[in-house]
Amino acid sequence: MTIADPSMRRSRSRLAAAVAMAVTVALAAGCGSGNATPAPSSAGTAGAPTASHPTVVGNITVFAASSLTDAFTEAAKAFHARNPGVAVQFNFASSSALATQINEGAPADVFASADQAQMQVVADRSGVVDPAVFATNVPVVVTPKGSAAVRSFADLAKPGIKLVLAAKDVPIGKYARDVLQRASGAGGIAPDFATKVLANLKSDEANVRAVLAKVQLGEADAGIVYVTDIGAAKDDVNRIEIPAAYNVVAEYPIAVLKPSKAPTAARAFVTFLRSAEGQAILQKYGFQPG
Amino acid sequence: MNTRLADRAALATTVTLGVAFAAFFLLPFAGLVARALQDGRTWEIMTGATARKAMTLSLWTSAVTVVLTIVFGTPAAYFLARASFRGKAILDGFIDLPIVLPPTVAGVALLTAFGRRGLVGEPIDHWTGITFGFTSVAVVMAQVLVSAPFYVRAAKSGFERVDLQQEQVAYTLGASRTKTFFRIAVPEAQPALVAGLVLCWARALGELGATLIFAGNLEGRTQTMPLAIISAFEGTSLGLAGAIALSLMLLAVALAVLTALRLAISRSGAVVSGR
Repeated sequence: MTIADPSMRRSRSRLAAAVAMAVTVALAAGCGSGNATPAPSSAGTAGAPTASHPTVVGNITVFAASSLTDAFTEAAKAFHARNPGVAVQFNFASSSALATQINEGAPADVFASADQAQMQVVADRSGVVDPAVFATNVPVVVTPKGSAAVRSFADLAKPGIKLVLAAKDVPIGKYARDVLQRASGAGGIAPDFATKVLANLKSDEANVRAVLAKVQLGEADAGIVYVTDIGAAKDDVNRIEIPAAYNVVAEYPIAVLKPSKAPTAARAFVTFLRSAEGQAILQKYGFQPG
Repeated sequence: MNTRLADRAALATTVTLGVAFAAFFLLPFAGLVARALQDGRTWEIMTGATARKAMTLSLWTSAVTVVLTIVFGTPAAYFLARASFRGKAILDGFIDLPIVLPPTVAGVALLTAFGRRGLVGEPIDHWTGITFGFTSVAVVMAQVLVSAPFYVRAAKSGFERVDLQQEQVAYTLGASRTKTFFRIAVPEAQPALVAGLVLCWARALGELGATLIFAGNLEGRTQTMPLAIISAFEGTSLGLAGAIALSLMLLAVALAVLTALRLAISRSGAVVSGR
């Protein structure tokens, strides 16, 4: 089942988001408590508030880029241990899909995006409070275990390679193309490197997990994903570092949303992620400090 | 008097339910149209290169899917309708399976069979160097897997309703098996065959999940309309406006083709019944 995992996880989180949204809408219409969302979704949802130290109280819904799934799920548990009065619920999807949902009125309190562009999209339409970078991530090349087609970053330009990238509008797809451009003409690399590599492009995948799945299945010879995505797939793929001279650093901004009905609890979660404890959890999953 | 009152109440109920039902189906389309009209880029997106390439690909791949489904599916449906053997129920079930399967899983299933590391995909790649992934052939394969069952199901029940005696009479009067099939079975089952084909084509045109997984997403090669729509939605350059504009385009073309088909059939149906 490792084969089906990435896409299934995605559709599951979508389903969970849809259910959460439906429940929230029903509650808002039914009893006017727009923010009291129960917890039908995945792990990381904290239980009912206990009365020990109710410094911050509230239920928050965090919309987060799918690359944050594992790290945020663990961070929410640690956060809840410190703030028993706050229940955290997640909606994980691609940043662009999340931005659309938020701008269409989805009840979110916090938005964690995989790039600045999507944060801007939300800031322009829905309004955000003090967005700030809380983590960074780096792109790497992945190849299927047991495949010799691509052995180095330079091999990506070899004619006949089957390459998959995320679409150019998806953050990791844009970063991948930026890396190729920056590498072109850099020390020992031909000026037409990017053109040659993109001639090998076989698919514009919808998100980073789909890129990884194509490589895991051996369907593609290489792909570019975030280093943090390899986790569960590390037995199926080889990792080729991109030389730092032309690699890019992906910045993850986070912000409390202006329409949030629980801004204090939302702010507490953001503060926790930027604390030493929150940063340690993020680093465990391969993120760098923001 | 009482019965007339009851009749009226029944009529009122039927109308109310019908209107509510129709409203539920029409309102989402009305929402799309309203949103598209608000957006200044709708026309530009509909006439753009992405839309043109995706629509062209969608139309020809779904047409090939329909032809392949007729050629391979009709004999299978006729066989299933006429033959009786041990294990037929299981075979029937297998043909229906893709209808139940989530399309994403259908795509993974295709990869495990025809992918570069798949059961037959690997030997084919090894001996001939041919791979299916990331080609328009893979798009058609994904469409056939998920949409052909709709035709086969309909065709099978159509053939089952054809009077066996008529076929036997034709046969004993000296008509060949082939002639009997084309002169008796096919015309008699025609409404069911056409209904099945319409469903099959519509399902192929809307196919997304299996295609994304098995064929990938590349403009002009494997990016059909549903893939272009989801790409627009997930991306920043076209965004929601793009997804809505492309969706309306797909819906308009589907509606036009289906309506034209209905009209053509009702005419040919008149000819058939007037023979």
